[in-house]
Amino acid sequence: MSVLVFVESAEGKIKKTSLEAVAYGAKMSDEVVVVAFGNVASDELESTGKYGANKVLHISDDSYNDGVIQAYATAIAQAMDQSGADALVMANSSLGTPVAARVAIKKGAGLVTNVSDLPDTSNGFEVKKSIYTGKAFATVKVDKAIKVLAIKKNAVELVEGSGSAAVEAFSPNAQDGDFATKITATKKAEGDVLLPEAEIVVSGGRGLKGPENWGMIEDLAKTLGAATGCSKPVSDMDWRPHHEHVGQTGVKVAPNLYIAVGISGAIQHLAGVNSSKNIVVINKDPEAPFFKAADYGIVGDAFEVLPKLTEAIKALK
Amino acid sequence: MKILVCITHVPDTTSRISFTDNDTKFDTNGVQFIIGPYDDYALARAVELKEANGATLTVLNVGLADAEPTIRKALAIGADDAIRVNAEPSDSLFVANQIAHYAKEGGYDLILMGRESIDFNGGVVHGMVGEILGLPSISPVMTLELDGNTAQLSREIEGGKEQIEVDLPFVAGCQEPIAEWKIPNMRGIMTARTKPLNVVEPVGDETGATLVNFEMPPAKGAVKMIDADNVGELVDLLKNEAKVL
Repeated sequence: MSVLVFVESAEGKIKKTSLEAVAYGAKMSDEVVVVAFGNVASDELESTGKYGANKVLHISDDSYNDGVIQAYATAIAQAMDQSGADALVMANSSLGTPVAARVAIKKGAGLVTNVSDLPDTSNGFEVKKSIYTGKAFATVKVDKAIKVLAIKKNAVELVEGSGSAAVEAFSPNAQDGDFATKITATKKAEGDVLLPEAEIVVSGGRGLKGPENWGMIEDLAKTLGAATGCSKPVSDMDWRPHHEHVGQTGVKVAPNLYIAVGISGAIQHLAGVNSSKNIVVINKDPEAPFFKAADYGIVGDAFEVLPKLTEAIKALK
Repeated sequence: MKILVCITHVPDTTSRISFTDNDTKFDTNGVQFIIGPYDDYALARAVELKEANGATLTVLNVGLADAEPTIRKALAIGADDAIRVNAEPSDSLFVANQIAHYAKEGGYDLILMGRESIDFNGGVVHGMVGEILGLPSISPVMTLELDGNTAQLSREIEGGKEQIEVDLPFVAGCQEPIAEWKIPNMRGIMTARTKPLNVVEPVGDETGATLVNFEMPPAKGAVKMIDADNVGELVDLLKNEAKVL
């Protein structure tokens, strides 16, 4: 098997979830080629070799700086042809998943998204995926010769090795309609830790009483190097932007540590956090259902507990 | 203008998930089924677009007869007619092939659906349908405004959003806050009973993947409670036990 890995970058850095995709590819095969788009420095691209990539196909044409779904799908399918790949791996993301769908059709491939574990090839090609928004798993058998997998965060352990990948320029042949959608503007929270990628997340709910009290959440998040999140009511009331909404219909997170403050733990919120490795719940209501899903809990007033917690962590560092 | 909204028939978000038949079937016992929440956003926006632009609105579901109450609810919310492709929606490629076939037949200007179903969480059917039909596909879409033949959309990306311009026809996978969910009124429920619900047979049987079995996640250990006056203990546990600090 020969694997192509589509990696995404932000501000010139390859995303950690994409490096996990490279590591996943390296567990599937010794032949791992990366395809990368946009303005990423050669040494950054070469560093994918530390996770098992042999070669990088770099598409540096400016028209690919924005993640245009159709254009990326065409280019990736051509990169698969170029590298002779019979499998494509990428991180499950707002770009990766829609692109994977189109590539799968182009290549007549079997596609599995939300993949949570390495494939089992002892009897065909079986792979486990998260379903029911993290409440269960399904093992599926891929029916096609070509496989496309979009993997969840933490599907594979990221261990840094010592290799270096050879970088080659790659120029895809854009097809009619590839740029039919035009990205006219991109708005991004600058400098913050991205929620879907974060190792630590601090989330606030209605218990915070109003957007003016978010300073406490931000202080704790800053101290921990964490991303900030919120519950659905909080984003519905416009206390926080929608891209911070963690839950069933919002962002699904999978950090090492999730700290929920003043969130009762409705089942729809839990659906967004159930892949977290450790959950801390701080709530003044001892009956809050979130405690049942937590590893550590404090019954107490967020306005008293949070500043103390931030101070205690600062003292540690 | 002709709008197609594809809906899934899925367990309510509060459902307890369990499996039967040696973990090969979802246990529907006591489970309430709903229009997929993301599909419901797509439907709500489609009803608004129809009211503003005078479109016809068709809903499509790939599913068995037990999905019909869910389809009727979509008709009650404001769709004009419905298509049910009479097959188990077992695989995203299979479902995409069905939608693409009937969407092509109907010649729709706009094909909307949720960003993903909440049972299998594939998130790929919109992209597959777009690719099969040679149309642009955009997901996850947070806002959609039409101006004649051109649409302005915003798409959520990690930590932000993109503003996108695209001409009709196209396929979009939708999510909040594209529109508020609509609750059917009495008149809608009454008229939905007589709106056409056409049952059609599936085309082909191609699949991309086949289910082997289901599995529940390992049970969670008991929560350790820490006194609110002893925040230091929590920090100690996070550092030395959980090893996350």
